[in-house]
Amino acid sequence: MALDEATLGQLRETVRRFVSERLIPLEAQVAEDDVVPESVVEEMRALGLFGLSIPEAYGGLGLSMFDEVQIAFEFGRTSPAFRSVIGTNNGIGSHGIIIDGTETQKNHYLPRLASGEIISAFALTEPQSGSDAASISTTARREGNEYVINGTKRYITNAPEASLFTVFARTAPKTEGVKGISALLVEGDIPGITIGPWDRKMGQRGAHTADVTFTDCRVSADALISGAEGVGFKTAMKVLDRGRIHIGAVCVATAERLIDDSLRYAMERQQFGQPIAAFQLIQAMLADSRAEAYAARCMVEETARRRDSGLPVVTEASCCKLFCAEMVGRVADRAVQIHGGAGYMAEYGIERFYRDVRLFRIYEGTSQIQQLVIARNMMREAGE
Amino acid sequence: MSFGQSIIFNEIQGVSHQMKILVPIKRVIDANIKVRVKSDQSGVELNNVKMAMNPFCEIAVEAALRLREAGEAEEVIVVCAGPANGKETLRTALAMGADRAIHIESEDSPEPLAVAKLLKAVVEREKPGLVILGKQAIDGDNNQTGQMLSALLNWSLGTFISRLSVEDGAFHVTREVDGGLENLKLSGPAVVTVDLRLNEPRYASLPNIMKAKKKPMEELTAAALDVDITPRLTVLKVEAPASRSAGVRVHDAAELVDKLKNEAKVI
Ligand SMILES: Cc1cc2nc3c(=O)[nH]c(=O)nc-3n(C[C@H](O)[C@H](O)[C@H](O)COP(=O)(O)OP(=O)(O)OC[C@H]3O[C@@H](n4cnc5c(N)ncnc54)[C@H](O)[C@@H]3O)c2cc1C
Ligand SMILES: Cc1cc2nc3c(=O)[nH]c(=O)nc-3n(C[C@H](O)[C@H](O)[C@H](O)COP(=O)(O)OP(=O)(O)OC[C@H]3O[C@@H](n4cnc5c(N)ncnc54)[C@H](O)[C@@H]3O)c2cc1C
Repeated sequence: MALDEATLGQLRETVRRFVSERLIPLEAQVAEDDVVPESVVEEMRALGLFGLSIPEAYGGLGLSMFDEVQIAFEFGRTSPAFRSVIGTNNGIGSHGIIIDGTETQKNHYLPRLASGEIISAFALTEPQSGSDAASISTTARREGNEYVINGTKRYITNAPEASLFTVFARTAPKTEGVKGISALLVEGDIPGITIGPWDRKMGQRGAHTADVTFTDCRVSADALISGAEGVGFKTAMKVLDRGRIHIGAVCVATAERLIDDSLRYAMERQQFGQPIAAFQLIQAMLADSRAEAYAARCMVEETARRRDSGLPVVTEASCCKLFCAEMVGRVADRAVQIHGGAGYMAEYGIERFYRDVRLFRIYEGTSQIQQLVIARNMMREAGE
Repeated sequence: MSFGQSIIFNEIQGVSHQMKILVPIKRVIDANIKVRVKSDQSGVELNNVKMAMNPFCEIAVEAALRLREAGEAEEVIVVCAGPANGKETLRTALAMGADRAIHIESEDSPEPLAVAKLLKAVVEREKPGLVILGKQAIDGDNNQTGQMLSALLNWSLGTFISRLSVEDGAFHVTREVDGGLENLKLSGPAVVTVDLRLNEPRYASLPNIMKAKKKPMEELTAAALDVDITPRLTVLKVEAPASRSAGVRVHDAAELVDKLKNEAKVI
């Protein structure tokens, strides 16, 4: 249910203040130390940030998609590493359960995910299977009342912190294709799971990914999401669909932050006896960034509204992910340019954002995969 | 010392754990906004300007919540006098954790004395053991309401406090005064006004913001409380402070003396 204007305004204002007062001052430190301090994670728990999209009946806020993107527009105004802390519980780590979980699974996990007591992760990608997610080879073999999981998952966000994994594995041979893929809920502290060392990444330091290896890892048959085999791939696609709108919103917020920083710098920095903002070539960069970020904001809001009203948004959600991720890349590039030498130097933080936002074009479906989804849907619609 | 009236002993009353705390709050222009004077100089531009709870009132709310959480009080009531949108500010206080709210609606924001009279009427209805106010509101910087309220009620008063505790049935406060710090013991019931260093107010959590909608908000009017809030002051003109031009750097003492003598003409 959508919130009234005043309540949504207060939520937004609170998140905005938290971001400005607590998170923005810590950006450089988090990048330097490669961790978000536990005290800040605790504040995020106290604020209720882990349960934005988890239904109220399970202890979350149950925000509509429109309200959720409004919060993301605020929370995204700082280093994406902070969002990554709450990102899995609000997205890929919880939505498998919300969309397809059994009532027992929902009652068991969602309240603790909403409170942030446990951190979750989504384990789909493998060393030999990225964009072609249907090609995964991790197996879950049924033995009596248990599944025995074997295989390796790669680049798994929050794996080092997670105590709950949504794992995609084959319960039937590869010849069965996507119909052989199932989703299982695996708790992090059971025998047979090994978390690799943190990956050394291009950006988003403070957010961690790692390999997750399963060696004869046994879970109860109840761990099967939805209680049925063979529907895991559908679950994965539904989860990623919803996440695309959210990622779009985060890209908008990061772009708006970079535009603010660039504008402020351009109005202060003097060359040739005037602020560089007075030069039309600088103005063109500012204006292009502003127009593109605005277009992105509008499409995210519109797609969120459509989804809330029950209309299909698969194509629109992919459009959001594609356009917003590419847009923030261009905005970050211009931000570096407007800052001149300072844009290239770590001290100003602009180059850090430039590296951070590069990820948005890659994960949760690369830009190329979004293009494929959009074009395929276009052709299907034309054929209908 | 500027405010010598800090202890007014009334008949000694213990502080009870069933105590209610009343926290008056004011809605003001957000502290981060640059204010502009209206073109007709009748006041400050309020249209389309971001408003927020007065920061000192936030500290007062936080102080009340901490006393309740420590088991020293049972209920925290927030009250706001002024235009209808004051309800939004009250909702913020409810979201922080206050139990219920009272809004006394009026067209304009009443003057300090009128507010103090309204608060006195609310105190008589609610019978709180403690009233916690901000030391001043950042709009008019009047610094009057708490003092006036304590005089009207004839209650103990502690202004500019940076520490507050309840021990042995009395309020112990530290006041930030011109000469340093002053520790006082106030018998209840009491009025205190809080300074910046008392605490760091919490953020309202998102779930609590959503729950705040369901907390009780009573609507009153000055007429119902039998208080005359007709303004007694007339604002003649509001002007922005003259803008200061940048300073100049002098090269030596001789130039300084020369400028002081011939340009500034002060020596
Ligand atoms: C920081 C980070 C965090 C991540 N977190 C998670 C996580 O939590 N859980 C998880 O499961 N995964 C996660 N991933 C994995 C991520 O989803 C994959 O990296 C992504 O899907 C791309 O897969 P890949 O890396 O194998 O690249 P590949 O699939 O090998 O793609 C390489 C290139 O080929 C292109 N390409 C591939 N197929 C086609 C095609 N058919 N047509 C045109 N171009 C094509 C791609 O667009 C890309 O440009 C994360 C990755 C990163 C970097
Ligand atoms: C890694 C690195 C190594 C360097 N090494 C050296 C070195 O060895 N020796 C040395 O002397 N310098 C060096 N520099 C400095 C470099 O040459 C300057 O950073 C560069 O000339 C830009 O100047 P600036 O950083 O002051 O940016 P600014 O001049 O402030 O420019 C900021 C932005 O304004 C734009 N701009 C400025 N004027 C106008 C205008 N009139 N119209 C339109 N747009 C305008 C610029 O194109 C830029 O986008 C180095 C810089 C870096 C980052």
